[in-house]
Amino acid sequence: MPIFSYLAIPKNGAKKALCTELDALDHCEIIPAENQDVVVLVTETPDETAEEELQDSLKNLQSLQSLSLAFGCDTSEQQEK
Amino acid sequence: MKLNRRRFMKYAAASSAIATAGSLFPGISFGNWQQVTGNSGIVSWEKAPCRFCGTGCGVLVGVSDGRAVAVKGDPSCSVNKGLCCMKGYHSVQALYGADRITTARVRKNGEMVEVPISEALDLVAAKLAETREKHGKDSVAMYGSGQWTIPDGYVASKLFKGCLGTNNVEANARLCMASAVTGFMTTFGLDEPMGCYEDIDNANVFITWGNNMAEMHPVLFSRMLANRKQRADVQIIDFATRLTRTSQAADKSILFNPQTDLAVANAICYEIINNDWVNWNFVNEHVSFHKGKTNIGYGTEDHFAFTDKAEPISLDEYKTFLEDYTPEKVEKISGVPAKDIKYLASLYGDPTVKVTSFWCMGMNQHTRGTWINNLVYNIHLLVGKISTPGSGPFSLTGQPSACGTVREVGTLTHALPHGVVMNEEDRKTAARIWDVPVENIDPKPTYHTVEMFRALDRGDIRFMWIQVTNPMVTMPNLNRYRKGAEKDDRFIVVSDVYPTPTTDVADVILPAAMWIEQEGLFGNSERRTQHFDEILTPPGEAMSDTWQIIEVARRLGFEKQFPWSRDDYIGKIWEEYRLFHAGAKHEMAPYTVLKKRSGVQWPFVNGKETRWRYNPKYDPACSNGKDFDFYGKKDNRAWIWARPYEPAAESPDGEFNFWLNTGRVIEHWHTGSMTRRVPVLNNAMPSSYVELHPDDAADLGVVNGEMVKIISRRGEIQMPAQIRGRGVPARGMVFVPFFDESYLINELTLDAFCPISKQPDYKKCAVRLEKA
Repeated sequence: MPIFSYLAIPKNGAKKALCTELDALDHCEIIPAENQDVVVLVTETPDETAEEELQDSLKNLQSLQSLSLAFGCDTSEQQEK
Repeated sequence: MKLNRRRFMKYAAASSAIATAGSLFPGISFGNWQQVTGNSGIVSWEKAPCRFCGTGCGVLVGVSDGRAVAVKGDPSCSVNKGLCCMKGYHSVQALYGADRITTARVRKNGEMVEVPISEALDLVAAKLAETREKHGKDSVAMYGSGQWTIPDGYVASKLFKGCLGTNNVEANARLCMASAVTGFMTTFGLDEPMGCYEDIDNANVFITWGNNMAEMHPVLFSRMLANRKQRADVQIIDFATRLTRTSQAADKSILFNPQTDLAVANAICYEIINNDWVNWNFVNEHVSFHKGKTNIGYGTEDHFAFTDKAEPISLDEYKTFLEDYTPEKVEKISGVPAKDIKYLASLYGDPTVKVTSFWCMGMNQHTRGTWINNLVYNIHLLVGKISTPGSGPFSLTGQPSACGTVREVGTLTHALPHGVVMNEEDRKTAARIWDVPVENIDPKPTYHTVEMFRALDRGDIRFMWIQVTNPMVTMPNLNRYRKGAEKDDRFIVVSDVYPTPTTDVADVILPAAMWIEQEGLFGNSERRTQHFDEILTPPGEAMSDTWQIIEVARRLGFEKQFPWSRDDYIGKIWEEYRLFHAGAKHEMAPYTVLKKRSGVQWPFVNGKETRWRYNPKYDPACSNGKDFDFYGKKDNRAWIWARPYEPAAESPDGEFNFWLNTGRVIEHWHTGSMTRRVPVLNNAMPSSYVELHPDDAADLGVVNGEMVKIISRRGEIQMPAQIRGRGVPARGMVFVPFFDESYLINELTLDAFCPISKQPDYKKCAVRLEKA
């Protein structure tokens, strides 16, 4: 169960569109900044396959300029230990 | 433990990203982030009634970090005893759609522009005042909903009827239960069912009259099924125009030709009398016989007017009337075999069997809706099966507060919170409680819903405020009414939670608090008032419809009539409203009691709820010393009506050879504006379809999923065919659900209505089909 968080930077003037696109994706939760064109994205996928699919989806977002990883862990690995 | 760990890790992930953003962008703010994440792991549970039908299931909403994260049935609510349906379990997800309206928008130079809500409210008040000044008091209108909370409807009525002096207040409940109201009023003199859901635990036979309870009232239907499983002497008879999931679960399914339920009901009465199954003690003591006007029209023309006139008749005259309705004669027009009509009559006529009849839209959305309500009451009255546990006619409502807000508060053009505008004493009572001059309240009703939208099209109405409803999907003969709303000199205000085809025609959109984002009260099908707290903070600038109306009322100078504080206005409004219903016939529970309980049934007298009205064992308002007291009528009797069969406003012919029937599906609430934003529900039922009989589909040459063109005299549409799906219509009929705004089926329906109730018939018009 990989969990990641990112800073998502929209293309110029596309913050609202980015929020809409991210919100429509499975496994994503967003926290838009109130006063900057920045969106915190938290992802939680059930397995590696879903994670790869999500990464592909993120790469194809029209409104996304850049994505910076802030945090990552895999809870399933921790559970097994 | 696994769940808590994951939640903790997600919280840490969010915190880490926010901290990173803080170092990169000094001063950056994520004010709402805890509401968005909602993952502290600590869940508190708050009670509320479900908002997705008229059953009134109690739910417990799980809240974590200010966000609703779970729903479970409330085990202390007698309605559902801890059970929910699929809409109920997923209900809170409807709060969090990505395109939620959180700011006010105003049309400027043809474009919708976000503005502060105070500016939008200023504009609404100014435009309302200007329109009234220029075009007269009846040029402004309010159109609300059976999803209005009770305070929403109450302040709307007080502002428009009491302060502004216009009776232009209507609600979409006119489209769903007006015939039930006029049925109750003409037979009993008082509105709303005499029984309660405990009838389900006591009845032996359930007869569903054009009522697909399995999908529309699934929790009540499952209660029926549970009773059938537990008790050997219980059966369910489905009497309908198409086969549904209710038919599949029923012990017997009987199909009838559309509109001929009128004839079948009369034939049942004929059989009851012919076999001497009449409960003569009951009839002689508690029933009187009447007839009304016939050939009463269909209201398809503007300014249609009709007033019924009741005339007493004798029992012998009633018997003579029924001679036209022998089972054999009725078989020919209804398609129901005479033996099945006799079987139904035998169930009602057997004195050892307790029978409960259920209905909803099938009987109410009917150009003779009042009549068919009367006729089912006739059956129960002839055999005395009424107002006792397990025996009674039970009109179900579709919306969570069609009863509480529309019927009890009286948010229809002719009504007041107690009584009608035509009655001087009722006007005086309202004026006293509202603190307005009695002359303010106009004694003449103005427009019922269909006529109100016709008036908007004509220009008699120039300003309309629409709350909690989506008429640009639901109005019959929709093309006309959309064009009317879009005319340049009309001003439309829409309060809603999501964009809809109705917000598309708005000049002002006000962001509304939804359901548990506000304190409120609903009233369900069984006279149960249900309070809920503001459990969540509304997003952005969204505010309750009640408070929006109060804000506008104050801008118009009515501070005295709307003096309440935002901290406690709901309790104050409830206690003011409750004054209208003082007395044993309709006493409402105090606010403090409602806050504590999962619903309280009225009449609530001396701390006790009334389960069965008109029966002195349960109803303290009975005073005649007899075993029943139908105190709603001046003669203290329930009225049996001689009402004939008359055909539908539009029937299939050589050119348009199919019936079109419309309705709902279990996954979606009404026009889908909320449930289509719940992924689980939308994925289960992503789009609408046209249901065909397999033989009709074969004749047309279409298979499942192929596109079919449906054409009526008013419009046409193309949609995918569904054959042998969850429902199968009779040959010569198609059925289309109306939840999908991509397929506006009401562009095809006919705006004919019951001349007494003014409720349109969405179940019958003529169409033809083509393979697309």
